[in-house]
This record gives sequence, C-alpha cells and structure tokens, in this order.
Amino acid sequence: MKRTIVPFGPQHPVLPEPIHLDLVLEDEKVVEAIPSFGFIHRGMEDLASKRDFNDYLYVVERICGICSYMHGMSYCEGAERIFGVEIPDRAKYLRTIWCELSRLHSHLLWLGLLADAFGFEALFMQSWRIREKILDMVEDSTGGRLISSVNLIGGVARDMDREMLAGFVAQFDKMESELRSLTKVFLKDSTVRARLFEVGALTKTDAILYGAVGPMMRASGIELDTRKLGYAAYGDIDFDIITSSGCDSLARCEVRIGEIFQSFRIIRQAVDKIPDGEIYIPVKGNPKGEATVRVEQPRGEALYYMKANGTRNLERFRVRTPTFSNIYSLLKILPGAQFADVPLLILTIDPCISCTER
Amino acid sequence: MPKFSKSPWVMHYDGSSCNGCDIEVLASLTPLYDIERFGVVNTGDPRHADILLITGGINYHNESVVRQIFEQMPEPKVVVAVGICACSGGVFRDCYNIKGGVDTTIPVDVYVPGCAARPESIIDGLVQALDVLEKKSAASAALSEGESNAQQS
Repeated sequence: MKRTIVPFGPQHPVLPEPIHLDLVLEDEKVVEAIPSFGFIHRGMEDLASKRDFNDYLYVVERICGICSYMHGMSYCEGAERIFGVEIPDRAKYLRTIWCELSRLHSHLLWLGLLADAFGFEALFMQSWRIREKILDMVEDSTGGRLISSVNLIGGVARDMDREMLAGFVAQFDKMESELRSLTKVFLKDSTVRARLFEVGALTKTDAILYGAVGPMMRASGIELDTRKLGYAAYGDIDFDIITSSGCDSLARCEVRIGEIFQSFRIIRQAVDKIPDGEIYIPVKGNPKGEATVRVEQPRGEALYYMKANGTRNLERFRVRTPTFSNIYSLLKILPGAQFADVPLLILTIDPCISCTER
Repeated sequence: MPKFSKSPWVMHYDGSSCNGCDIEVLASLTPLYDIERFGVVNTGDPRHADILLITGGINYHNESVVRQIFEQMPEPKVVVAVGICACSGGVFRDCYNIKGGVDTTIPVDVYVPGCAARPESIIDGLVQALDVLEKKSAASAALSEGESNAQQS
C-alpha cells in the first residue's frame, strides 16, 4: 500500500511542549514513527561548570516546572552524599510530604491532559480544579506554586507547623471523595473506555525490553518502585506499589489514579510520624567526590549523577529522566495504532520534554 | 479595560521553557482562573489566533518554528512573552543553546515577568494584550479605510 508521511508537531494542540514525530502512515494506520528532538534543549548540564554549586540548585529546579521539587531534592541528596552529611529527620519527612504533593499535582495534571486529549472537556476542568487545591497547599508551605526553591544542601529552608499539616490532611477526605467520583468516569464511562481500552498495548516483555519506567512500566504488570529504596523518609512509610496487568492506556490511567490515593496515604502517615527538631544543618566547604541518586518521579525513575572536584563548580552533572526512557516504549506502541489515537498515545507516557532535553 | 468587539483567540507555544509557565498558561484556562470569561479561547491553530503566548527563551532549534508560527498568524496580532525566560532568557541566559528572550526573534508587545509566571499575572498580561490588539485593529481599519477612500477619489 502507498505510504504517506505526516508531520506531527512541533506545534500541536495536544502538547504543551514541542516534540516532532514523522508518522509513516498506510491509510489511517501508523507504520512507523520517527522522532526528532531538541526544540527545548537549552544546555543546562553545561551550566554546572559555570555556576557555583549552591546556585546551580536553582538551575536544576528549572529542568522541569512540573517535577521541579524532586529535581531540586535529588540534587541536594547527591550533594549531601558527597559531603557525607545526614540531614535531620524532620527535613526528611518534610521532603517526603513535598514529594508526594508534587506527585499528586503532576498526576492530576496528567489526568486532565488525558481527558483533554480524548475530547472530554468537563473531565479536564474537574481534574484541574482538584489540582488547584494541591497547588494551594504547595504555595502555603513553600511560597511558590510550581517552582518551590525550598530545598537546601543540608536540609530544607522552610518548616510546616502542626496546624498547617493538620489543615492539609483535613482537606484530603473531601478531595478523595471527589476523586472517587472522577475515577468512576475515567475507568467505567463507556466513551472513555472506547478510547482507552486495549489502545496502545505494551506487553510485560516489551516493557522490560524497551526499558519502560514509572506508571508506564507498572501498567504492564512490573512491580517496581524506586521509593522502596527508602530515600528521604520513604523507608519508614508503608505504601503499596500500584500495578495493573492491563498493559493498555486504560491500565496506565488506572495506575496513576491508584498512585494518587497512595500519595494521600503516604502524606497522612508522614504527618502522623513527623518528628520535631531541626530542619537544616549547615554544610561548609566545596564538595569533592561523586554521587549517584535514584528517585521515583511522577513519571518514573530518574537517575542523577554528579561529580565534584573540590572547586566551587561541579565537574559534571547528568540526569537521566523518566521520559527519556519511556520514549522507546512510545515508539513501540505507535506502529499499528490509528492516526487519531496518536495524540492520546503520546500522552499516555506522560511526556515531559523539558526534562528530556534540558 | 475597554470593550471589545471580538473575542480574541490565543495560541500558546513553548519556546524552550521549563514547562512551569506552560502549565500556568493552561491553569489560567481552568475553573479557578477561567480566562474564557474575557472571551478568550485557546486554539491550536496559528491561522485562528489573535494573541500568541510564548513561554521560555528561544533556542536555536526552535527559532524557525517560532518565526513561522508568527508569520502564519493573521494581522492584527499580538505577542505576549510569558515568564522571565521569555522576557530576557532568565536563568538559562548563559546556556549555549539559548539565543535570548522572545524579542530576539519576533516583536513582543507585552512582557509578563515571573518564574513561573502566576496565572494572575498571565491574565493581567492578556488583558493588556487585548488593549494592544484593539489599538492595532483600529489602526489597520483606519488604514484600509484610507486606502478605499483613495481608490474612490
């Protein structure tokens, strides 16, 4: 059959960020997808050698505006490992709470974008309405809605008092009940199911072969979560790894919704267990050595590598972001899909292009 | 804020931002901020757009895309640079792949500072952009009226 090449992007209504794919089509069916990148590449890793390592923290937070908090936290964890300091327990718990708040807002954002991608405007608005409440909590506790800049090498810059934490938890019940009714629409509604069920299947074998991470991997039935390594205060907290054996777009939606409820559970536990005490210990001098940090971001496992040579600047800073790993899975699920499903399939990996290209 | 005869459609494009401002642009469309009450509709097609919201500085790979989108928009058109990176390059100013703010590539009418720009300030920038748009369309209307008078006489 005659083949057609349709360019997709870089400017496309479904994507907040530019990504370009050349889609090779046979009739309406995608045969091959050829990606091209670099529309957001800024060259941030190179800045590490120009900025003071303390200032560079604020650059790292701007790798991505959605998972900003976790980028900053991982950078600090890496630096703390190089310095060989153990941060106070209270700071660890505060980091855990902020991590989960950012996971909540990221997953709710994704649910909204997914609803927008299959044309369910009301569902998009509802998801983002709930997300605003999470952002209010982030703003109350850090001062910023997206870029919080609350991490420091050696701890955190702000504390949350007991009333604030109790206030957050008090709002969770209502949010959970609102989310439950949204969940019904996402997973049970026939129009939504028609777009998601058995669309973009990635088998368990393929997920391993193509190195999928995060919810994408867990939706293919692999039970793995970097949080179980116990960074920050995750070691003391009990939570389930949400998996699904559906392998399709609906399963990815199901896993992310499940993780939202787990995040509420984690924050509740952290609020109960948080110890009193210091939140910051001063760290002096210049770092020398190297460190590798793995964290579970909303989109999956991210890996950070940093090397310091005893000067004010880092010698090397490197990030492998979850979207980078998931692009291969995306290129696996696109061939065979209908052309109309392409925007949806791109969204199901939860792409964060600014993370990937930096 | 003046009265408007038409409802302006906005288009959003990401120059090379960190995603923070992009998400805030989207957030300003959602129930809490709701810029649709000003008649503002988000569109994905540059041919339909009156106002272009650009986030992030311009990188060398993206430069031609931004210029093309700008050229595809019909006159009168207004460009709003959202976020400090779009205004001046911001924290990425020294990166090797960043050319600078949006005004290094296309003319910018309204600058919205902030990192990330808050929805309130994006809405404020949009309302200012509406003013600029109204002035530009009045100017182009006067121009075309003058041309048609000249043809008649």
